[in-house]
Formats: sequence, C-alpha cells, structure tokens
Amino acid sequence: MVGILVVSHSADAAKGIRDIAAGMSGAGDDVLIEGVGGNDEGGLGVSVGKILDALAGMLPKADGVLIVPDLGSSILSSRTALELLPPEDAARVIIADAPVLEGAMMAAVEASGGSDLATVAVVAREARDLQKGDH
Amino acid sequence: MAFTLGMAIAAMDKFNALIEENKEYLTDLDSAIGDADHGINMNRGMKRIVEKTHSKEYADFGGLFRDAAMTIMSVVGGSAGPLYGTFFMKLGQKLGCANEIQVENFADALREGLSGVMSLGKSAVGDKTMVDAIDPAIKALKENASEGDAAAWNAAVAAAEHGMKDTVPMIARRGRASYLGERSIGHQDPGATSSYYLFTCFRDASAEN
Repeated sequence: MVGILVVSHSADAAKGIRDIAAGMSGAGDDVLIEGVGGNDEGGLGVSVGKILDALAGMLPKADGVLIVPDLGSSILSSRTALELLPPEDAARVIIADAPVLEGAMMAAVEASGGSDLATVAVVAREARDLQKGDH
Repeated sequence: MAFTLGMAIAAMDKFNALIEENKEYLTDLDSAIGDADHGINMNRGMKRIVEKTHSKEYADFGGLFRDAAMTIMSVVGGSAGPLYGTFFMKLGQKLGCANEIQVENFADALREGLSGVMSLGKSAVGDKTMVDAIDPAIKALKENASEGDAAAWNAAVAAAEHGMKDTVPMIARRGRASYLGERSIGHQDPGATSSYYLFTCFRDASAEN
C-alpha cells in the first residue's frame, strides 16, 4: 500500500485536505493518508522536521509515500526532507506535481486500489486536468 | 591566514544581530514582492541557531553548520528555511572535520553550499534570488584569495552588494515574487539582501579574529 502525505502551510488546511481526500476517495481506513503543516510555533509555514517525522511514521507501514505539497516552501521543504532521508528511504518517496486537494484525493483512490507508487504519482498529476469552469 | 571555526561561530552571532537589526527592512522588501515573512522568519531562525550554538562546544565546521542547517530548516516556515538550511548543510559537509581552512578553500565549500541551493530551488543567476548575491561573492572571494584575507573578504562583500542591487531591475523567476511577473521589477530581492548580510558577517568575523 502506498501512503499519501499532504504538506501545507497550515496545519488546519493539511488536516482538512487529508480528511476530504480520505472521505471522498471512499477508501476510508483502507488508505494511509496523513497531513502536516504549520511552523513549529503554530503559525503559517512548513517545517522540514514535521515532514521527516511524518515520513518516519509512514514509511515502515507503506510500500512508498506520495507527498502532495501545496506550494512554495512546502515543495522546497519536501525536497529538503528527501535529501535528509537515507537513500533507500528517499527512493520510496515521490513529490507529486499536482494540485494539493485534487491530487491528494485522486491519489487516495488510486492507492486504495493497491497501485504502486509510480502509478499513484501519475494519477495525482492527472488531477491537474480536472476542469471546473468553462473559460 | 585562514578562516577558523571561531570566526564561523562569531559570524553566526553577527548574522543573528544584523538580521535582528534589519528585520523590518527585510519584511518591507518582502512585502513588496513576497509574503512579507522574510525578516520575521530569518530573525526566528537565526535566534534559534545562536541559542543552539551557544549551548555547546564545537570541534569542527561540519558540526557547527549541520546544527545551523537543521535548526533553520525546522523553525523557519518559509522558503528561507530549506534554502539557507541546504546552504549551511552542504557547506558543513564539504568542510567536514576541519576547524581552520584557507580562504580559497572556504570559497570552494561555499560554492558547494550554493550548488545545493540552486539545485533545490532550480534557480540560476539572474532569477532575482539569493543566488544573485552569493554567486558573485564566492567568485570574488576565490579570485582575490591570493591578495590576503582582508582584501578577499572585502571584494566578496562588494560583489555581494553589487549582486544584491542588481536584483532591482530583474524579473523574479522563482518563489512567490515570480507570480508578479513584470511587477516584480524595481524591487530589491529580500533573499539576496539577507545573503549580502551573511557575507558582511563572514568578513567582519574574519577581520576581528
């Protein structure tokens, strides 16, 4: 099973996005999905340490982890966390090139079906093409 | 003459003080093109680094810069955390268990740090980032190393200042400022500014010790 880690500037947003993705995927407890966000003082921001802690908890339970970051320093912090992981662990993590909510939701659906990490990452990326408006 | 571990520790103290003194200026620069958090974030990050470095004894550059890196990555919420963290981490890895190094070789280690920053941020010279201050500073430090430490550091600081000012007419290509496109023209990059401060602190620490 592939796990999904939502990384946001806000702890509230990370939890909310995690809950929406888990709920809307219909996978319930069949999917390992977590969310981290906020700086160490509870404000808006991203902590590399929180990402590393989350990965340390998830990697032993999962075949791999797809990180779905919101933007800016969520992406840089996620890349930095991968640099700090042992190479054999880093090889089991991919950072999704996807919108955070839609990407997390589609990744959750795919992961709950038992797909491998590369496939879950490709499906998350397809969330970029979800149309909302006509213009 | 050489750059020593004691100078590096002193440079961190000076950087903390200079950031504290200029945090509002950095925030003003960042409010024009970023999310107005650079001064606050760097202030929080450097404060915590100095708390850490004052709480223990270091035997080598590697230990010092690793602590600096891990601290700033964890306490700074914005992009400055991973970027400065990577800079210090790669710098420390290159210097390893040395506690004194010729300035020319210190320039090579700074180059490793900058390469890490550029690879992480996928940034290049001219993108209106900290790279625009650090890259010319390292070049000047290396080229002037044979003229003596003081001359080399003065040249590095002058080049960093020049590079920082050169960011004013640039269009931002990385970070939050890049969303502004041409509207980012006319503003000095806050990251280049804090990086210029860092080089002044290396110079001053080198001169005093």
